[in-house]
Amino acid sequence: AAKVEKTECDSIALFLCRCRPPDVVVFPRCVEEVSALAKVCHKHRLPIIPFGTGTGLEGGVGAMKGGVCFSLRNMEQVLDLHPEDFDVTVEPGVTRKTLNAYLRDTGLWFPIDPGADASLCGMAATSASGTNAVRYGTMRENVINLEVVLADGSVVHTAGKGRRPRKTSAGYNLTNLFVGSEGTLGIITKTTLRLYGIPEAMVSAVCSFPSVQAAVDSTVQTLQAGVPIARIEFLDDVMIDACNRFSSLSYPVTPTLFLEFHGSEQSLEEQVKTAEDITQSNGGSDFQWARDTETRNRLWKARHDAWYAALALRPGCKAYSTDVCVPLSRLPQIIVETKEDLIENRLTGPIAGHVGDGNFHCLMVVDPNDPEEMHRVHLFTERLARRALAMDGTCTGEHGVGLGKRALLCEEMGPVGIQVMQSLKDALDPNNLMNPGKILQREEP
Amino acid sequence: LSCKVLSSVVTPCYCFVSPQIRVKPDNTGVVTDGVKHSMNPFCEIAVEEAVKLKEKKLIKEVVAVSCGPQQSQETIRTALAMGADRGIHVDVSGKDYENLGPLQVSKILAALAKQEDAQLILLGKQAIDDDCNQTGQMTAALLDWPQGTFASEVSLEGDKINLVREIDGGLEHIKINTPAVITADLRLNTPRYATLPNIMKAKKKKIVTVKPADLGVDVTSRLEVLKVEEPPQRQAGMKVETVEDLVVKLKEAGRV
Repeated sequence: AAKVEKTECDSIALFLCRCRPPDVVVFPRCVEEVSALAKVCHKHRLPIIPFGTGTGLEGGVGAMKGGVCFSLRNMEQVLDLHPEDFDVTVEPGVTRKTLNAYLRDTGLWFPIDPGADASLCGMAATSASGTNAVRYGTMRENVINLEVVLADGSVVHTAGKGRRPRKTSAGYNLTNLFVGSEGTLGIITKTTLRLYGIPEAMVSAVCSFPSVQAAVDSTVQTLQAGVPIARIEFLDDVMIDACNRFSSLSYPVTPTLFLEFHGSEQSLEEQVKTAEDITQSNGGSDFQWARDTETRNRLWKARHDAWYAALALRPGCKAYSTDVCVPLSRLPQIIVETKEDLIENRLTGPIAGHVGDGNFHCLMVVDPNDPEEMHRVHLFTERLARRALAMDGTCTGEHGVGLGKRALLCEEMGPVGIQVMQSLKDALDPNNLMNPGKILQREEP
Repeated sequence: LSCKVLSSVVTPCYCFVSPQIRVKPDNTGVVTDGVKHSMNPFCEIAVEEAVKLKEKKLIKEVVAVSCGPQQSQETIRTALAMGADRGIHVDVSGKDYENLGPLQVSKILAALAKQEDAQLILLGKQAIDDDCNQTGQMTAALLDWPQGTFASEVSLEGDKINLVREIDGGLEHIKINTPAVITADLRLNTPRYATLPNIMKAKKKKIVTVKPADLGVDVTSRLEVLKVEEPPQRQAGMKVETVEDLVVKLKEAGRV
């Protein structure tokens, strides 16, 4: 008997396109079971939808053509920790917070922190990033090896079984082929990750600016000054206002930067001093910083509550996050043009961004029962993506292509690029069983 | 208050990283092989508080103590990496360790407190594997010291301690004399992470191993575990349309 489980419809891609549950859900407990099940699906030409925590934001787990959802939550072991080599291998059921709790006593951590407590293998599948990518990179830089079950059930180790050198130039880079493949090339059943030492000390700071330009200039100059800043987060005036209302805070309602520095006690003093001088020279004001955990959390409260503060602006509405990324130098221009677009089209879209990477999110707060508004939001997001593409950027910095950005991917890559991607897909999954309908648009006969 | 602090009982305790805890087939206990052990979360908070007091120069020295097999030394090392000065490992293993309970541990701590001339004992309020919430209280009773349990705020005032306790009715403010026993509750502080450089430094700090017999303590248990079993499987719930239906169903089930 088929067992149907509902999937959560909390991403706009899904609620724009209706919830798409699979026909069957299976819960394999080991890679041998995943492989055997994949062989069955392959034989009967059944679509395969890998499922980690289901926290992706681009409809990645929607079963567009039905099929079999492989829920990997029962494979939840942390295997092979090598503290002296700074690497660890985990199964798909292990989330980033679980891993960091496991690693506590070793003095190591895995720093990539997307909003949700996501499956690490899932994060590899979507090439996830977090607020400290500016210092630690994204999944692309931090996955050393993957164990993947392909559409026909065969199992491949992308860097060779059990191998974990810090660098390699052996053959094609299969590991990074699967990172970001969003379940369309294979099911990731193990990932070997690069770990980092927990910073000796952390300092957080907040600073207000008279303009977006001033905030971004400060960011660029701080990076150019060689400050190994760990996090630079940008909140625009609309977002700050929302946060003030939501959390009863009193930040000045202007573009604001939230900064975080990691290092030894001595290096922190120097880093903070340099950053403070730079912000002042750009017209920054109200520079506050803190060393102890409790005060740091208070300073960053606005940033932590941003999503909820945005939602609270219009109770009863849902929120959708845009995700463009442009070269740093283009960031002020794109944010200014985007804000003008929002005002002109009467849309609610407070902005929060990982400004050190040139990546920002408009949290579009929209009434799901108002088709006219939904349509306006949809058009806005397309204009925004095209604006970013025109500035040498990408339509998705962190969230992936999923369902909603397939057409934009074609514009971003161009026909030859898409053709190369399609050729790889055809080589590894000729029957288009692996998460069909994601990333690439197939011409339906 | 210049004194030595005999810091928390850092009991290696089942870390929540592992999947379901399973009952042994013979119902004598839970499976512990291969289950990841690490410092009890409330003990982490106690260690953090002790280190904070030392950083404020209110106490002279923090000593971390753990009772258990060889592996307990790892939790002592973590405490040292957080800032404790030295460690004492009370070696209890095998059947003795399986039967080790709050009464024996508190006897050990009382003996150590006298030996070390400690002025303050800080522990976690309870271990998350047995949830006994007894060791702190028993230790205070054995030493005839005042106790401040479920502490969410601690401040030293001369040779007295001001404490805020989290109790069912709210927050209780008390003042106790030293020497004293304090048990840490969740909101006392946020424990620091042991960083790599501090872990390396901690390797040079001393851990001394003693046996309970050296302290004159008999660890024979006065309790015998008869049976350990899983709680009954949760039954499916039922949805009803109206409040009236709910009342009817509750009456049918004999609940009202």
